[in-house]
Amino acid sequence: MSNTFGNALQTQWDWRAAGNFMFGGSGGALILMAAIASWPGTPNLVIGLAALVFVGLGLFLVWLEIGRPWRFLHVFFHPQTSWMTREASVSVLLFAATFTGVLMQAPSLLAAAGLLGFLFLYCQGRILKASKGIPAWREPAVVPLIISTGLAEGAAILSILLIVSNAAQGWLLYLLMGLLGWRLVSWRNYRQRMAANNAPPAALKVLDGIDRPQVILGNALPLLLLVTVIVQPALLAPLALLACILATAGGWLMKFTIIAKAAQVQGYALGKLQKGRPAIKPPVRREKDKFVFSRD
Amino acid sequence: MTRYVMIADLNRCVGCQTCTAACKHTNATPPGVQWRKVLDVEWGEFPDVQRLFMPVGCQHCADPPCMHVCPSTATAQREDGIVTIDYDLCIGCSYCTVACPYQARYKVDKPEFAYGDIPTENEAIQFDERTMGVAQKCTFCSDRVDAGVEQGLTPGIDPEATPGCVNSCIADALSFGDIEDENSNVSELLAENTWFQMHAELGTEPGFYYLWDREAPEDMQGDMQE
Repeated sequence: MSNTFGNALQTQWDWRAAGNFMFGGSGGALILMAAIASWPGTPNLVIGLAALVFVGLGLFLVWLEIGRPWRFLHVFFHPQTSWMTREASVSVLLFAATFTGVLMQAPSLLAAAGLLGFLFLYCQGRILKASKGIPAWREPAVVPLIISTGLAEGAAILSILLIVSNAAQGWLLYLLMGLLGWRLVSWRNYRQRMAANNAPPAALKVLDGIDRPQVILGNALPLLLLVTVIVQPALLAPLALLACILATAGGWLMKFTIIAKAAQVQGYALGKLQKGRPAIKPPVRREKDKFVFSRD
Repeated sequence: MTRYVMIADLNRCVGCQTCTAACKHTNATPPGVQWRKVLDVEWGEFPDVQRLFMPVGCQHCADPPCMHVCPSTATAQREDGIVTIDYDLCIGCSYCTVACPYQARYKVDKPEFAYGDIPTENEAIQFDERTMGVAQKCTFCSDRVDAGVEQGLTPGIDPEATPGCVNSCIADALSFGDIEDENSNVSELLAENTWFQMHAELGTEPGFYYLWDREAPEDMQGDMQE
């Protein structure tokens, strides 16, 4: 049993922050999937722009949340240790590479954009892991969970776009099945690690609450539908579309819940008693990293 | 070198909240913002019920997660270990707030005063527009510390160089000083007593020590009033 107390739900990062993880993660992975699917060619403009819209929407929602929105350029000042700076920096390159790559029909630029999309997703996982005040976020198992669900969402959204434009690719559905399996394993592992590490009971309860819808509707049912499509290809359009929508919605529900609902703070606690003068760890003193500018 | 730390003697603290009031007066923090607060903690079951009072706030960690995550470098660390916020750099993203395991950070988006729209005289003098929409937290009264040191005073010993909360404590439960000085008040207190650091397992190396003489009870949860 946890002996912490005061595990209130954090309210600083709300649905707007969750939106960045939902849409931004999907968009980054969509670019990666589109680059893979079109290699050695390039995806069409609509798919490239759709991916950028997802990433842009996520970043816009975060921008709405910050207290001093017109200082947003300051977000680039701390690449040494801040995963938020790294995410923002990657997003700039991602936009440039995707937009230019699609317009110029340059496969190498699109390949770079795909890699940047994956890096964007990875940064999102690390942003959460670095949040030491929130047990549901700092759990290391959150990183593979964010990556696996992002990739699954990206594959699902790309499949939707290809199916509605009568250009479905069978291998993409197989990949989606594999990613859904990975997401399911990551979700199970994440929840087990949370319970083993004495996460706040309220956070565990929230996660328990979405376990069934997440596992059944977000993973098992899409897998079943995709298997049916493999057996009965004639049912591709309705069943695969439904499977992809469920897979995407399942990922978004999971991320929204982790960011906005299961984000109970660390709380307070007494610590392990010690005796004698402590061994002193000097401050890490990051003063030299500080960005200096003239205020005149 | 110097590293300033604070000590709260839980065996002495009576939960009077004078430190909370002193902090609010010294820093004119808005309603709901308490850089220094005292938790009223209970555990056990009737009739075997226990209670303690626990001052909390920014722990001025040696390895502060808030500083590492800050994308703007607004959160930094002085040579003496005091963790600072540059209000002109902060973008108010609150990443530091969710990275802090001690719930020490606040963000206020518009001016709020204790008695409505009209600030008290003290609030009017101390109001700083730069704090709107950005992170704020306990500073260890670094302005007092710096001013005192400039005058040759010793922080933690001379009141003019000591944080307001420590000065105000009626039970002598709060202490402040340089832990890297073996002969300082805080070094002696830690050498002579049993103590703990909150959430030390997270590797933040807090600069806030609690003197206490009993192991943490297993069932201490929930019953907390701030």
